[in-house]
Amino acid sequence: MALSTLTYAQAAALAVGEAMLRDDSVVVLGEDVGRGGIFQQYKGLQEEFGAHRVIDTPISESTIAGSGVGMALAGLRPVVELRVIDFALCAMDEIVNQAAKNRFMFGGQGRVPVVLRMPIGLWGSSAAQHSQSLEAWFAHLPGVAVMCPATPQDNYTLLSQALCGEDPIVYLEHKELWGLQGPVDHADMLPAGRARVLRTGDDLTMVSWSAAVHVAQAAAEQLAVEGVQASVIDLRTLWPWDRHTVIADSARTGRLLVVHEAVQVAGFGAEVAATAAQHCGCQVSRVGAPRIPVGYAPTLEAVSRLKPDKVVRAARELLANHPRPRLK
Amino acid sequence: MTADLVNLYRTMVRIRAFELAAEQASAGGVAVWGQSADPRTKVRGPLHVSIGQEAVAAGVCARLQREDLLTSSHRGHGHTLAKGASMQRMMAELFGRSDGCNGGRGGSMHIADFSVGMLGANGVVAAGLPIACGAAHALKLRGQPHIVACFFGDGAVNRGPFLEALNWACVYQLPLLFVCEDNRWSATSRTDTLTAGPGVVARAQALGVAGFAVDGNDVQAVSELARRLVAEVRGGHGPRLLHAVTWRVRGHLSADQQGYRAPEDIAAATETDPISRTRQHLLHTGTPQQDLAAIEEQVANEVRNALAFAEASPLPHAHQAFNEVQTLGAGTWH
Repeated sequence: MALSTLTYAQAAALAVGEAMLRDDSVVVLGEDVGRGGIFQQYKGLQEEFGAHRVIDTPISESTIAGSGVGMALAGLRPVVELRVIDFALCAMDEIVNQAAKNRFMFGGQGRVPVVLRMPIGLWGSSAAQHSQSLEAWFAHLPGVAVMCPATPQDNYTLLSQALCGEDPIVYLEHKELWGLQGPVDHADMLPAGRARVLRTGDDLTMVSWSAAVHVAQAAAEQLAVEGVQASVIDLRTLWPWDRHTVIADSARTGRLLVVHEAVQVAGFGAEVAATAAQHCGCQVSRVGAPRIPVGYAPTLEAVSRLKPDKVVRAARELLANHPRPRLK
Repeated sequence: MTADLVNLYRTMVRIRAFELAAEQASAGGVAVWGQSADPRTKVRGPLHVSIGQEAVAAGVCARLQREDLLTSSHRGHGHTLAKGASMQRMMAELFGRSDGCNGGRGGSMHIADFSVGMLGANGVVAAGLPIACGAAHALKLRGQPHIVACFFGDGAVNRGPFLEALNWACVYQLPLLFVCEDNRWSATSRTDTLTAGPGVVARAQALGVAGFAVDGNDVQAVSELARRLVAEVRGGHGPRLLHAVTWRVRGHLSADQQGYRAPEDIAAATETDPISRTRQHLLHTGTPQQDLAAIEEQVANEVRNALAFAEASPLPHAHQAFNEVQTLGAGTWH
């Protein structure tokens, strides 16, 4: 019903605040969340709900994530703030061996509805330990769902859904999207596992997620000027992911280009490309970062940064190498 | 008082009998030192038994209520039994059968019975400490009168989560009893050769958690200290640490022949056996021998029944491998 214009950070705060109002088992824990979090994605929540529900914690990533698991087992629904995905690496046992395994390993006795927020991606001039996109690590991990919102709408929609489910959710906002403004329709509850088709073209299918969606869209606009019509699909969630939409559109265009910011080697783009090729015989290509740590100097960082030009070049190559789409 | 000690004795005897039966059923079941596992073995894979350490589980768990929660280490059969889990379903779990408490998905290292508040053994050293903090935090936030007991070994105090969890529990004044079950061995290494400083109690004190050491092979001493500390924790006075010094009698795994250990070290472990000590004490203070013999007979029957129950239960069907993984994105994706 209500339609508002919000930033990506405000949309997140709205989703958590609404969940805390309707469900008193929802709590937030993490470093500096009381002041709203370093990206202001928890702004106003401690004032509204108190320090006992928006809990400032020590810099103890293992225990932030591990106590999230214990809280969930004992009946709470914790939102665990890990600041950036690079720091979540200090809590890998708690995420991989504990949160993700608990339900299966203990025979379904318990549920771990914990939302693990760990923003991914470049964050201007933050260098190698604050710039990584590690979503493929978690897509590879049975027992968790993986969400990568690209817009304020989806940060509201997916976070709201994450706070209603019974799974551990690896929730991957992008560090450079916090200020992005956009419309948020409160009634839009497109489920996890369903992609959004942002534009439809006949020449190729572009699939992306997180901040790279905006790069893919810009590339599609440039291509349109050249007379090349591309579909752009925002996957939104990597597990589960919308194979049907990707396969159907790739079968129609005959060409699939997966676009992501993460390192291309063994990235989730490989999974998308291989699945589509296997199911519809389309031609596939990928664009991602080279396999290097992100450098500090602007000239070095730029090598890892995904730009529309790079996507346009990859699309042109795909079209040149496969001039006639094979339809199936 | 004697009735209480008889109950502690019964719990220890149950744990010992369970461990011995599991050990027997696991012979040949793990591939080590050039030998491959025997596929006919009932209990397969790594089995960590707590023979000689029963007084810690019995003494602490006797002071817990059913609604209290518990986390454990990889050596967790004793804690699970003492917390009230069914021996039949535990044995079936070790056998990997569908009637096991985890439906055969976990085995020895992940034994758990949430229905009695036992939130799981753990294959990762010190991994239970942060989970225990969260469970205790939840109890406190929900205003429930229960506490969490968190068992871990002496090796765990050298992992980061130990420091994090004790600091955390103290900062938030959580209803949490840390129990360091110190069997002096970190797998195949003496823990004291790898641990700096004056020990776990001093580390706890430095983090603001009052800690107390006790002879972990004296079940009365353990249970009396646990009674006091559980009361303080339950009374809202924040976390406490109980350091129970015991001995590991068997190897790290049941298949471990302990060639690295001096004979006198093993002898010392056996001489202080908590069960024979308690038995002697009960006989000296007037408990009739036939009462103890009756307990031992009951326990032997219980173990026989557990073995028969486990044997009769089917292995889980392969399709169970796809169940209870997750809800979103569940299914047979490859």
